[in-house]
Amino acid sequence: MSAPIPKKARLRKQIGSWLVNAFATGLALLWSVPVLWAVVASFRPANDAISHGDVWFSNTLTLENYLHAWSLAPFGQYYINTIIVVLTILVVQLVTIILAGFAFANYKFLGKRWVFFFILLQMMIPTSALLAPNFATIRELGIFDTRLAIAIPYFGSAFGTFLMRQSFLEVPRYLVDAGIIDGCSWWQLILHVYLPPSIPTLIAFGLSSATWHWNEFLWPLIITNSDSSRPLTAGLVRFTQLGEIGAQWSLLTAATLMVTAPLFIVFLIFQRRFIQSFLHSGLK
Amino acid sequence: MQSQAARKPFKPLPYLLTLPTAVFVAVFTVWPVLLSIYQSFFRQRMNIAKFREPSFIGLENYIDLLNDPYFIKVIGNTLKYIIGTVPISILLGFLFALLVNRKVRGVGFFRLAFFHPMVLPMVSAATVWLFFFTPDYGLFNTALRFLGYNGPQNWTGNPNLAILSVIIVAIWKNSGYYMIFYLAGLQNLPTDVFEAAALDGANGWQTLWQITFPLMRRTTLFISTIAFIDAFRTVDHIFVLTSGGPSRASTVLLFELWSQRFEYQDIGVSAAITVIFVVILLAFTITNFIVSERKEA
Repeated sequence: MSAPIPKKARLRKQIGSWLVNAFATGLALLWSVPVLWAVVASFRPANDAISHGDVWFSNTLTLENYLHAWSLAPFGQYYINTIIVVLTILVVQLVTIILAGFAFANYKFLGKRWVFFFILLQMMIPTSALLAPNFATIRELGIFDTRLAIAIPYFGSAFGTFLMRQSFLEVPRYLVDAGIIDGCSWWQLILHVYLPPSIPTLIAFGLSSATWHWNEFLWPLIITNSDSSRPLTAGLVRFTQLGEIGAQWSLLTAATLMVTAPLFIVFLIFQRRFIQSFLHSGLK
Repeated sequence: MQSQAARKPFKPLPYLLTLPTAVFVAVFTVWPVLLSIYQSFFRQRMNIAKFREPSFIGLENYIDLLNDPYFIKVIGNTLKYIIGTVPISILLGFLFALLVNRKVRGVGFFRLAFFHPMVLPMVSAATVWLFFFTPDYGLFNTALRFLGYNGPQNWTGNPNLAILSVIIVAIWKNSGYYMIFYLAGLQNLPTDVFEAAALDGANGWQTLWQITFPLMRRTTLFISTIAFIDAFRTVDHIFVLTSGGPSRASTVLLFELWSQRFEYQDIGVSAAITVIFVVILLAFTITNFIVSERKEA
């Protein structure tokens, strides 16, 4: 064996890995610029050099943009609306998907395949495509411009049902049979046998559902008409169109970050769980 | 296994348990499709007095749409948007996954940097990008000037650049999402294949394109599906950046559906667009299903 060749190869590998690292760092920084810029800009005084995009080098930091933005639009109400909508959807979804998932995993019944297929239709046709007729339905139900109207189309979740069914099917049958022998009723079976091992799936579903509905824009935009029901996303877009805002970027970024911050901070803390949850929510 | 339930006479419980979900699917997925099919055969415009009551016109809404150069343009824009976003974000997702799937320090930072746009509301992301695209002092133009380019400055207001700016934001936001699927795929790859390739003297590049990427075929197919559907159903950034303009240069199908229904108050035409939309999505899902089943065999 000749020594110099592996040495040279190792050197080449070293340089290669260096280059890849430099490339990755550059790309990662590039990808982070928008959010970093927004964070810095939101803390800069409104009359700073921001109109030239120059926010990085300055040493004044201020909260005035946040206070000003908060005073210009009812962000407190928007927060309440978003939180209520997200929680309502989540709670109702958890009930409906657990019940339906349990039925599909635990029972045999006539037409089971057809009921299942019927529910899966929801996964093939995204709700956003149906906003015009759903708007008509909401008008018909008399709940236009309410938080309920934002939430109600999502009360049943084909994807969640599917996910729970998969998770419940992995519970060994003998555990279920033991539960039945012990005299468990159907809801005790769910609570004591099926649910405990399925908690990670529930959390994964919950995180992606909450993220999705916190961020949703188009449906709330068309179905709300007043600040009493408008969520953060629709409120933000309304805010950006206010006459007095114009091109006050520090103000705009402050408002943008207020809309984003709670979810984003939770994401930063539970990053791994979020990524797992998004992975789950895609892999059907 | 589940025979005890089957042997007994009719039991309503399973039906009752699936009922809530089935009812919501019926009211908010199936009924709207049927309603749209019905309404698409009528002329009904809420903002024109004589057309407020629906009148049957057969297929006229569809015929009008397909003969309307504006609608053809919208279809073209939708294709541009899909071609502009889907392949590039998938490739970037793969690249990100390769960069993150290494045992070096700082990988957590890379992963965060690539993935975080996914968690932001699209309207927030677009509002930040709006600044970057601002004429004169926007970051994008400043950077381009730095590189010696002084061409068109008004990105979102330029008919040729508007859709590009919308595409850029979508790529920025979604690539990190696709990364996590590739990452999961890469971590499940069999290692012996790579050992064999290394023994055969394959270099990194060959291994990547001749082994890794082909092994990721199923992941790629899966990501293409989500990317495609996402391209159809996300228009939030268009509202913030361009409002579909200038002169509909960045109007895609869903945005057109929104403006027909809520700006022009045209029930019949928006119903027809809904039907076209649903047909495209179903055709895509079914084709996709057939393709992936065939590959299984």
